[in-house]
Amino acid sequence: MTSVRFEKAMRMYAGTTSPAVNALDLEIGDGELLVLVGPSGSGKSTALRMLAGLEPLDGGAIYIGDKDVSTTRPRDRDIAMVFQNYALYPNLTVAENMGFALKQAGVPKDERIKQVQEAARLLDLEPYLDRKPKNLSGGQRQRVAMGRAIVRRPAVFLMDEPLSNLDAKLRVQTRTELAELQSRLAVTTVYVTHDQVEAMTMGDRVAVLKDGFLQQCDAPGVLYHEPANIFVAGFIGSPAMNLVSVGSERPLRLGTSAIGFDPAGEAALSGLVGAVSVGFRPEALHIGDGPLRARIRTVEDLGSEVFVHLALEHGGENLALVSKMPVPFSGHPGDEVSVQISGTVHLFDADGLRAGSSDARLLS
Amino acid sequence: MTKERAVGEKRWVNGVFGLMAWILGALFFFPVAWMVLSSFKTEQEAATSPKITFTPTLDRYREVTKSTRGLLSFGQAFSNSALIVVSSTIIVLLLAIPAAYALAIRPVPKWRDVLFFFISTKFLPLVASILPLWILAKQFHLLNTRLVLVILYTGMNLPLAVWMLRSFFSEVPRELIEAAEIDGASLRGQLTSIILPMAAPGIAATALLCVIFAWNEYFFAVQLNPVSGATVPIWVTTTISTRGNFLAKLSAASVLASIPVVAAGWIAQKRMIRGLAMGAIK
Repeated sequence: MTSVRFEKAMRMYAGTTSPAVNALDLEIGDGELLVLVGPSGSGKSTALRMLAGLEPLDGGAIYIGDKDVSTTRPRDRDIAMVFQNYALYPNLTVAENMGFALKQAGVPKDERIKQVQEAARLLDLEPYLDRKPKNLSGGQRQRVAMGRAIVRRPAVFLMDEPLSNLDAKLRVQTRTELAELQSRLAVTTVYVTHDQVEAMTMGDRVAVLKDGFLQQCDAPGVLYHEPANIFVAGFIGSPAMNLVSVGSERPLRLGTSAIGFDPAGEAALSGLVGAVSVGFRPEALHIGDGPLRARIRTVEDLGSEVFVHLALEHGGENLALVSKMPVPFSGHPGDEVSVQISGTVHLFDADGLRAGSSDARLLS
Repeated sequence: MTKERAVGEKRWVNGVFGLMAWILGALFFFPVAWMVLSSFKTEQEAATSPKITFTPTLDRYREVTKSTRGLLSFGQAFSNSALIVVSSTIIVLLLAIPAAYALAIRPVPKWRDVLFFFISTKFLPLVASILPLWILAKQFHLLNTRLVLVILYTGMNLPLAVWMLRSFFSEVPRELIEAAEIDGASLRGQLTSIILPMAAPGIAATALLCVIFAWNEYFFAVQLNPVSGATVPIWVTTTISTRGNFLAKLSAASVLASIPVVAAGWIAQKRMIRGLAMGAIK
């Protein structure tokens, strides 16, 4: 049983005024794949490096299993890490790269060869064992980096954007393979990425970070449907959620239309004072019948669905919205269309926290 | 490499640059070529007006290597030089590698000051330090020993070696060292299996420069060790009589003194160019 726990873990780089990772509380269960996701500078890589022992802690503690490893050397933490640029040893062959950790641990040679062979079979690397990293393709290098990690049978896998150097198609394919491999090996894994699609598709749970603070840690579906705050709402999902500042007047209006909530939404709204923002996903914004007029800016036809970018007058300014429509869609840029909300609308208070969500419609 | 003109470049512009490069190269090479040619001539031929056609002879080489005129024979001088150069270079590397590691990979506090201190020891003119050095050497009974030159050449080359090795070590990607650390490699394991193999071209280049500087050093050698443990440069100057015609013999002696460093440079050429051109590792 290997769980990982961050307890008020903090890291402040010299010469900066705010911590890169701030009082991080996070628990990762045995065998779980937890994804740390966030924009650049959110502290996700720093958090991973703290767990690896490559960054010291300036406060709090980190536990692997029941053991406080806050001051343990990296090599005594029983972890394996896959780096963004793979960090393969260029002077060693694939087999030597994969067996490096075993050799350092003093594993006898035959045993080492056996384990490397086994991992190589798992990752389709058998034909390449005698090659040097420079003679491999990007995807093969990525697999060697994976192989080097799994050969050790560590307690925890750490992965720092391991797919970001692959081309788009290979990335999607490897994503699936990697998630399968992880669930087969059932090794606790912490996975860092800036790509929210990768986070959503791979993670058992996803932890969203921003400016060193944990915003929310939940299953992908929960993040999508019940974002804790306006940042998570905007960060998760592609295209991003439509977020509109609607001021403090009641009823709330989008453009010229009042927004009508169901009783749960009305209840949430009645408790809110000050400026309110609403958010609704592209799939909740429909083009066709509706009380509000908007102009089509661009149409993105993906074949299976169409994203329509709209502009509408809101509070004296041009507001950009996105609608997801089924195919076929016949509108063209410049067309004036009617729009309607049909689906969930999230309410965010003045601090950006989600106050409630409910079905809503635009009233005339 | 392919010979290609930049787009829109005039053909004659490239030609002019090429010609200039050749002229410059020839200018640098001319004295060396002259020396080599002279060494195969008789003294009369070497002293009279230059001629390209002559009957080459190895007699001058025989004369200088057999000469007993100087303080010591060529063989003695050569083995002295080889011993001093090789041992000082080995000591330099043994000291410079840990120092460079400390400066490049785990920078100690104030590492810039440390680095500056290393190089600042080369600011002092040698002639200003020779008297204290001579007195120290005398006190410790090191005058006219090979050991004094081993110590001095180590001191002379160490700052340079630390500087060079530091820059080569800094180019070993950080992640590789971190990966080795996570993979359980001790400090020694990281050095021997990752850092040193990757920095090998740089280490070769550093060693070669140390060899060249130590082999060619004359000032310390002539001041502190001019007799029994003398080196090849001293042999060159003492073995040639400056009366009468001596140009051909001097050329032959100089060629002999140059062969080891030229050969070392030739052998290490490929590695050294890779090493000296920074970015050797990526």
